[in-house]
Amino acid sequence: MDKSIIELKGLTKRYGNFTAVDSLDLSIRKGEIFGLLGPNGAGKSTTILMMLGLSEPTSGAVHVCGIDATVNPIEVKRQVGYLPDDVGFYEHLSGRENLLYTARLNRLSLHEASARVDRLLQRVGLQQAAGKKVGKYSRGMRQRLGLADVLVKNPQVIILDEPTLGIDPIGVREFLELIVALSREEQITVLLSSHHLHQVQQVCDRVGIFVAGKLLAEGNVRELSRTLFSANEPYIIEVGIDTETLDGKGAQLAAVRSALAGLSQVVSATIHGGILRVGSEADLRTEVARIVVDSGVGLTSLTMKEYGLDDIYTQYFEGGEAYEKIA
Amino acid sequence: MKKSHNAAGRLTTSAWAAKAGNTINGFFARLNHRHTHRAVHPFWVIVQKEISDHVRSWRFNVLLFLILLTCFGSLYTSITNLVDELAKSSKEDDPFFFLKLFTLSDGSLPPFHVFIGFLGPLLGIGLGFDAINSEHNSGTLSRIMAQPIHRDYLINAKFVAALAVIGVMFFALGLLVMGFGLFIIGIPPTAEEFLRIIFFLLLSVLYVAFWLNLAVFLSIRFRQAATSALTAIAIWLFFTIFYQLIVNMVARAMAPPDMASQEQLLGYQQFIVNLMRVVPSQLYNDATTTLLVPSVRSLGPLTMQQAYGAIPSPLPLGQSLLIVWPQLTGLIAATVVCFALSYVSFMRKEIRSR
Repeated sequence: MDKSIIELKGLTKRYGNFTAVDSLDLSIRKGEIFGLLGPNGAGKSTTILMMLGLSEPTSGAVHVCGIDATVNPIEVKRQVGYLPDDVGFYEHLSGRENLLYTARLNRLSLHEASARVDRLLQRVGLQQAAGKKVGKYSRGMRQRLGLADVLVKNPQVIILDEPTLGIDPIGVREFLELIVALSREEQITVLLSSHHLHQVQQVCDRVGIFVAGKLLAEGNVRELSRTLFSANEPYIIEVGIDTETLDGKGAQLAAVRSALAGLSQVVSATIHGGILRVGSEADLRTEVARIVVDSGVGLTSLTMKEYGLDDIYTQYFEGGEAYEKIA
Repeated sequence: MKKSHNAAGRLTTSAWAAKAGNTINGFFARLNHRHTHRAVHPFWVIVQKEISDHVRSWRFNVLLFLILLTCFGSLYTSITNLVDELAKSSKEDDPFFFLKLFTLSDGSLPPFHVFIGFLGPLLGIGLGFDAINSEHNSGTLSRIMAQPIHRDYLINAKFVAALAVIGVMFFALGLLVMGFGLFIIGIPPTAEEFLRIIFFLLLSVLYVAFWLNLAVFLSIRFRQAATSALTAIAIWLFFTIFYQLIVNMVARAMAPPDMASQEQLLGYQQFIVNLMRVVPSQLYNDATTTLLVPSVRSLGPLTMQQAYGAIPSPLPLGQSLLIVWPQLTGLIAATVVCFALSYVSFMRKEIRSR
């Protein structure tokens, strides 16, 4: 389980003077869903192309499933399914025919291929449209067909390049759920590149942030926020207070505040407009809730604010000069 | 009626018929089983798909219709003229009467081989001009390249598929014309005539293959299918119309004086002919004329010494082939160069989605 299935070591790709990918080190474990995040032009697609052996690295090594992708791309492509962004199909053929073609390019016999294709079409919910020409498919249907197309070869790894681009929100949710389900069911490692932070946050086990050819940070979303914001308060708990239960002027609130100050991990506590904001070094949701309730103040809501990728993103772009290079 | 029923009934009940039927059924079942259960090499999968794409495309069918039309048009003119020709040549026994089917014309419509010389490039360009760039623009190229196949399979398969389509089409047309001719004039071709026609058809396929490769190369070079089609057509027009004009101008400028020696004149003639032979269509015309008109003895100027003592009879096939050998080599070389160019540029191309 802990074995890494994708290994990048010092991977570099230069186009003339421009460095698209700059000595990238990355290792992805078997069975996990890894999100590669970065703005447009950060070198995500180039990295993916090098993993598939479609583009040769200037220096460094790529190993996928233990195979060197630069030396033996055919073997790698046998194990890895790749869904390019804006996937294209032969429009004059039906969805089923398109998949059959892919299956037969993977050396399946017609008999095996049609059984597998029918199963996959069912899995991605396209069995009704199987005989329809792809030219008449909607964007979301194409994307699902693309996923089926990637799975035809029974891959160990699937690489999805901006898979949710241009699909409506419900479609995106369904698509991502499908990916997660498939990954869990069949133990497929998923590498997902995107610049949609929320979507990646929803599904990925781990995330790598990629800007101007460099991997700036790597880890799960919580770890990332901890490393980024640990200087102040990694955990922020916001408590909604029912102001009608307050008695005149502030005895209860003073009690709450002093009780909170008694907890060593609490860094700050402020009240503003009916919301108590507690900044702490650890997850203190239960303690905070108990204190508030014990003091007799009505509690309407309690949420722990986690830093989203949005925050991580802006933090990097504000702080780093890296972005200027590509802008 | 009843009798035939009986006979049919007896056929099905008799043991050997049933056995034969079973064997045949078994054979087809096995064939079918083999077809569905055997993993085909990916290269042939691509070839199959490309052929079916070509055959089903409007573009190919329009071109096919055009060529069929011209084919029957020229067949018609040659047959109507054959009657006069027959009357003329009845006294001296013409051993290559059947070949006239392909070459005879009264001037209203060019003969078959000239038509092919004219329409062949169009066919080649039509089948090749969007071979790679359309795949690139529709985003299928990166998807196909992510499959476990070598990159050159795609371009080789595209070439093989288009060539197969062209080959089948030309041979079908040629044999059809022969069949109709046989039917209408009632004189069978001799073995040599048949071979000459087969060589002519092979040559035509080769000629179209040249234009096909040129078009495929342009389809790799240019992102837009329209650009590559227009460029290919421009090259074709340049060679068919303007190049001859330019050669004529050069010829006039370089014309030797009236007092020039015979060697000078000969050298000049040779030079102009060689200039013309840079054009593939000239090579094709030279070669087809020699193959289809056996009385053609040389493609360059002949001196009196060379012509002196020659027996005025048609050449045998071997000799005709010997005469067109340089032309054939030239055409093959041009085709190979175009293919090599497209191969190299395709292998070097970085494939990104759209």
